[in-house]
Amino acid sequence: MSTYSYFPGCSLEKMALSYHQSAMQTTNAVGIELKEIDDWNCCGATTYFHVDELLATTLVARNLAIAEEAGHDFVAPCSACFKNAYFASKYLKEDEDLANHINYALEQDNLKFSGSIEVKHLMEVFVDDVGVEEIQERTTHPLKGLRVAPYYGCQIVRPKKDHEDVENPQFFEELITAIGADAINYAYRLRCCGGSLIITSREAALTLVRNLLQSAVDIEADVIATACPLCQTNLEVYQMQVNQEFGTDFSIPIMYFTQLMGLAMGLPKKKLGIGTEFISTDKILTYAKEAA
Amino acid sequence: MATRPTFSEEVSNLMHASHGNPLKTCIQCGTCSGTCPVAEFMDHTPRRLIGLINANQKEDVLESNTYWYCASCFHCTVRCPSEIDIAGLMYSLKRYSIWKHQYPEDAIGPVFSETFVKSILRSGRSYEPVLAPSYIFSYGVREFLNEAATATNLMLKGRIPVIPPRLKRLENFKKMADRIIPMGGAK
Repeated sequence: MSTYSYFPGCSLEKMALSYHQSAMQTTNAVGIELKEIDDWNCCGATTYFHVDELLATTLVARNLAIAEEAGHDFVAPCSACFKNAYFASKYLKEDEDLANHINYALEQDNLKFSGSIEVKHLMEVFVDDVGVEEIQERTTHPLKGLRVAPYYGCQIVRPKKDHEDVENPQFFEELITAIGADAINYAYRLRCCGGSLIITSREAALTLVRNLLQSAVDIEADVIATACPLCQTNLEVYQMQVNQEFGTDFSIPIMYFTQLMGLAMGLPKKKLGIGTEFISTDKILTYAKEAA
Repeated sequence: MATRPTFSEEVSNLMHASHGNPLKTCIQCGTCSGTCPVAEFMDHTPRRLIGLINANQKEDVLESNTYWYCASCFHCTVRCPSEIDIAGLMYSLKRYSIWKHQYPEDAIGPVFSETFVKSILRSGRSYEPVLAPSYIFSYGVREFLNEAATATNLMLKGRIPVIPPRLKRLENFKKMADRIIPMGGAK
C-alpha cells in the first residue's frame, strides 16, 4: 500500500465535503492511503498572491514541510491548492536564497522544507501512479452509455509544468473511459469557470459558467465531471443564478471524478457524499446499477 | 548618473516568482486578448495593457480594471509566443495597485483580497461567512437576494461550516508570518 501526505484544503472541509469523502473511498479501494497533513493551513488560494507573494509562498511551504516530515509525497485534490504547492515547491528547490528566507520563518513552527518530496494532483495519482488499466480492472459497475463531459478547468493543467500537452491533454478522458463511460469532447473542456470572480466580478463569472454549461449541454452530456472544488461550486451551486440571469433552464449534474469512479467501483453512494447536490444525480445513479 | 526606473521596469521588478520573458519582448500579437475568457469585460485587453505599460502610461494602467478581471486561468501565459507570464503580470499589477491604494472605485477585488489575507492570518484557514461582508454590500438588491438564497441552500445541505476552523499551532503560525512581515501589535 502506498501512502501520500494529503492536503484537503479549506473547501474540502465543508463546501466540497463530498469530494473529500469520495477521494478517501476511491483511493482506499485501489490500495492507497491518504494521510491528512497534520495542522495544515490555507494555501493562499489565488487571493493571497494579490497581496504578498513571499508570505503566500511561506504559507504553502509550511504545508510542504509538514508533508515532508511525514515522509510522503504531497497530494492535493483541489487544482488551486495543487498549483500553489507545485510551484512553491519548484521555486524553493531552485532558489536557495528564497528557501533560506522561508525556512527561517518556518523555524518558528519547528519546520524545514528541504525539497525531497514531489507534489501531485489527486487525479495524477490515479492516472500516473495507479494507472488507468488498474482502474479499469477495479471497475465492477462500468457506467456504460453515460455521457460524461470531463472538465479540466485551469490550474490542473496550467501553467505548464514540464513537457506535458497543455493544449490537448487526454488523461481525464482516459480515466472516464476506464470506468466504462463515454468521454465526450466539447469546446469548453479547458476553459475557465470564473474562479473567485464569482465573488468579485459576478457578471463575468456567471457568463463563463453559462458558456461552459451550454457547451456541454449542446453535445448532450449527462454529467460534467470536475477535479476541483471551485469549479464544482461555480458550475453547480451557481447554475440556478445563471438560469435567473440569462433565462436559461440548465439542470445538468456536476460531479467529482472520484464520485463517478466510486460508483463504477460499486461503492455505496452515501459514502461518496452523493446526496448533498443542488441538482439531482438520480439519473446518473441508474447507470451504476448493473454489475459487469 | 543614477536614473529612476521607468514604470515598465518598476512593474517588471514586481514579478519575482515569474520566470517568463521581459515585458519588452511583447510583439503585440494579441494572442492573449484572443485567448482571455473575460477580455470583453475589461476596459483594456491584456495586449493593450502590456502596450500601455511598455509606453509607461502609468495612470491609464492604474485606473484600469483589466487585472481585477483576471481569474488566474493562465491560458494567456501558456499561449504567449514571446513566453511572457501574462497571468503573473496581472498578479503583480494587483499588488502594485493595492500597494499604491489606487484602483477603480467599484472594484470588489482589492477589499476582498485584503479581507481574505487578514482572515487567514487570524485563524490559519479560510472561512466563507467571515469573508461575505467584504463584498455582499456592494451587490445590487437582486444579486444580494440571490446570494442569500444560495447561502441558505448551502447551509441546508450542510455545505457551510458553523464553527470557524482554527489551527492547533496558531501561535507558531503567526510567529512564522511575523518573520516575513513583522506586524508589531497590529494583529
